[in-house]
Amino acid sequence: MNHLDLLTFARGDALNWALILFAAGVVLRLFEIFGLGRKADLAKPRTNSPGSGWRTVFTRSLPPQGLLNREPVTYVGGYVFHLGLFATILFFAPHIEFFDDLFGISWPNLPSALVDASAVAAIVALCVLLAHRITNPVKRMLSGFGDYLAWALTLLPLLTGYLSFHHLLFEYTLMLSLHLFSVELLLVLLPFTKLFHTFSVFISRWYNGDIFGRKGTAS
Amino acid sequence: MSATLAKGINSFKEVIDTPIASFFSSCVHCGLCAEACLFYTETGDAKYTPIRKLEPLRRVWQQEYTLLGKLGKTLGLSKPVTDAELEAWEPLVYDSCTLCGRCAMVCPVGNDLTYMIRKMREGMAASGHAPEDLVGATTRAVTIGSPMGIKWPAVLAQIKHVQNETGIEVPVEKEGADYLVLMSSMEIINFPEYLSALSRIFKQTGVSWTLAQDAFEATNSGIQIGASDLAREIVSRIVVAAERLKVKCVISPECGHAFTALRWEGPNLIGRPFRFEVKHILEVLDELHTAGRLKTKGKDKRPLTYHDPCQIARRGGVVEQPRRLLNEVASDFREMPDAGVMNWCCGGGGGVSANSRAEPLRLQVFKHKKEQIEATGTQTLITACANCRIVMEEGLEHHHMKVEVIGLTELLAQYLVEDNTP
Repeated sequence: MNHLDLLTFARGDALNWALILFAAGVVLRLFEIFGLGRKADLAKPRTNSPGSGWRTVFTRSLPPQGLLNREPVTYVGGYVFHLGLFATILFFAPHIEFFDDLFGISWPNLPSALVDASAVAAIVALCVLLAHRITNPVKRMLSGFGDYLAWALTLLPLLTGYLSFHHLLFEYTLMLSLHLFSVELLLVLLPFTKLFHTFSVFISRWYNGDIFGRKGTAS
Repeated sequence: MSATLAKGINSFKEVIDTPIASFFSSCVHCGLCAEACLFYTETGDAKYTPIRKLEPLRRVWQQEYTLLGKLGKTLGLSKPVTDAELEAWEPLVYDSCTLCGRCAMVCPVGNDLTYMIRKMREGMAASGHAPEDLVGATTRAVTIGSPMGIKWPAVLAQIKHVQNETGIEVPVEKEGADYLVLMSSMEIINFPEYLSALSRIFKQTGVSWTLAQDAFEATNSGIQIGASDLAREIVSRIVVAAERLKVKCVISPECGHAFTALRWEGPNLIGRPFRFEVKHILEVLDELHTAGRLKTKGKDKRPLTYHDPCQIARRGGVVEQPRRLLNEVASDFREMPDAGVMNWCCGGGGGVSANSRAEPLRLQVFKHKKEQIEATGTQTLITACANCRIVMEEGLEHHHMKVEVIGLTELLAQYLVEDNTP
């Protein structure tokens, strides 16, 4: 199998299977969560505040009073990583073409230099956050294999993407194949790691907003 | 012990619902909850990180309600929750969590950790790992009618005392009254000024109210220990009395968890909505004030500050009312840093103050409240929870601070315009 065959496989069967497994994993995890159900709250809410769950889904992205000063590394690192990652995934011209091929929708891209900077920022943020995870006593205590696995799964697509774009390390076709494989690995494992927060964060924040909203104190 | 461990695990399985599954699924181990927790910020000990307190519950969720976890359990790869582990977790779940809910306000993925700790305590109690003092308090609440062992004659004695002092009749068992007034044990024993203040305020505002002989106690240690069956029994007494006396509204006293027990948990405990309203006393006073019925004269000149009880403000939604009332009777009201929904706990909520084993830790973490009070430069501290009040009085004494603690209802009564016509 030469490099081109490898890329064809990465773009074809491997991608299809990864997408199927990803979708199945997400559906399974959502089913596991929603299958449990919850009892209706019989206490009269303080105010009828429709949408307080949805509001919290958005407002919880902002740091609460005083916390930014207490944990600047987590907040700044978290923002830089997430924004850098989203900019790279969603606004890199070749990615948009890829989504266009796959789903038939496209949108304007960002200049490559800006995307490149975003990817580097995200990689640096990931490294800083890893160092913080290892040195901060609370984070270290909470961390296990799953946390380091999730870190590596997230770093690999960024790193291989960066190396492909700059034609570094390996021959371009091989590097691009590795980039696709790393994305596929991420897709398959995402539902079964803490990376599933990509989906469940909307559910957990919604419940938080709903619970506090009924009491009249939702953020 | 295996029988009780099995009961505990079963209870864990029963309480896990969609919100809890979504919370555990979302946690990214960022540790930010620790930064919001008094027990971590004041000790610097990572073991007090809120999400870690839930570790046994998380493992039961993972092993029972996820495919991967079940697979791991079947293959013998996962670590089962043991009795020894629950024993080791008891001080984390009870002594170092006041159910204050601050962590739930900061968690970036929106986990309501307090919701989870409250539910986890059901399994802890069922497995025999609840603090001895809380078990005692709950037993007294169920058998005697009050966690501190107070019976009606003690209340009657206080009623007579208040009647002699104020010359106002305290109505008892008055059918058709608008409000049923409850008290906390702490008020009955330590702060008789609450009932006296209420009598005077209600006389001036022309409120029709009553006490009930079989439902004078508002506190509910069942929700602190995590025994919903007992909590239901305790709350049912109030429901029965309120419906027998046909009151429109039950007034929860200056007590934090009593409000949560009655207002938010009550209907869920008895399995149906209430046929009456439940209001915290500050809500009632604020309504009377807004309607122009509660009139005050003069203002307290002392610089003073207000401590938001967690269950009244953050988890109760009563935030603006005390401020409106305070500004009416105080000319130099100063807010603490982080006042309102992000206020810091006194350190004694959620059953911690009733748990003597937790006392050294409680006094240690009071440091934060001390700093908050010092930042205001005041020597008068107003609050609206008798438990916060006694916890803060002890903390202030321990830290050699000369600060007077006063209940807001009592402060209002001091500036009440009283019409002395009979």
